[in-house]
Amino acid sequence: VTEVWITIAGLTLATMALKAAGPVILGGRELPARALAVIALLAPALLAALVLTGTFTDEKELTLDPRAAGLGCAALAALLRAPLLVTVLVAAVGTAAVRAVT
Amino acid sequence: VSRLAPYRAGLKAGVGFALAAFVLGVSFGVLAEPIMGPVAPVVMSAVLFAGASQFGATAVLAAGGDALTAIAAGTMLNARFLPMGVAAATALHGSPLRRAVEGQAVVDASWALAVQGDGRFDRELMIGATLPQYPAWVVGTLIGVVGGSALGDPDALGLDAIFPAFFVGLLAAELSRPRALAAALFGGAIALALTPVLPPGLPVLLASAAALIGLRSDL
Repeated sequence: VTEVWITIAGLTLATMALKAAGPVILGGRELPARALAVIALLAPALLAALVLTGTFTDEKELTLDPRAAGLGCAALAALLRAPLLVTVLVAAVGTAAVRAVT
Repeated sequence: VSRLAPYRAGLKAGVGFALAAFVLGVSFGVLAEPIMGPVAPVVMSAVLFAGASQFGATAVLAAGGDALTAIAAGTMLNARFLPMGVAAATALHGSPLRRAVEGQAVVDASWALAVQGDGRFDRELMIGATLPQYPAWVVGTLIGVVGGSALGDPDALGLDAIFPAFFVGLLAAELSRPRALAAALFGGAIALALTPVLPPGLPVLLASAAALIGLRSDL
């Protein structure tokens, strides 16, 4: 039981530090154009990484399961410029449908 | 009321995210209760408020791992908050303490919504979007702990596809920017290639290195 509380305390402090580091060190100042060019590309790089690891991995393994069908539906919806909510809904429905028949 | 007006767009978007956070919170409560009892999962959600790392650390403890291993695993899963915080920093002002506190509002969905394609960041949009997610996450955890497995399997409804789909929608909006497609392909390739060889979480952190192509002026 103590292990649980040590985990909660330690992980909370570490996470707070990770979130605070950027704003404390770099906040409130003008950044050079080259730094902004890199920061602008953090979003597509991190979003793509979150999409692919959230769909095609399980722990340390690469996987192909019904989540891929959901991602396909979402990608199609996004390409057709569907609203975000529609994109999310078709992904859930697509994943659930493939999961139900397999 | 006028001081709250800039946050309204974020709050509006945050209600949708809160629904997803609620469902995930319930599944966390269901999963964590047999491992750490009824109180600790709710406290964890209240003070940590970071889904992936909570699932990850709980899985380590469930497998018999010690606190240090669980903290390490959870910290690596949250390592992406470092580059996300760097991107948010451009919009956070005031004293270092204030910037540190506002930086805690960085969560995936809100950050992705608030990040603008040209390197700017919308502080009010992020904070507004995070506010509804916090109570939804904590209350969801509580209901999961109390209601237990009577609620059924969220995966059967395809709810595990919600967040990747959400990020796809945001990514699609980013791709019209110069070099964004290259950064996305490069970042995604880094994350998948490193998944089999690194602990979960680190591949996403290292995918941020793809943004360094922004340094090249000849592309």
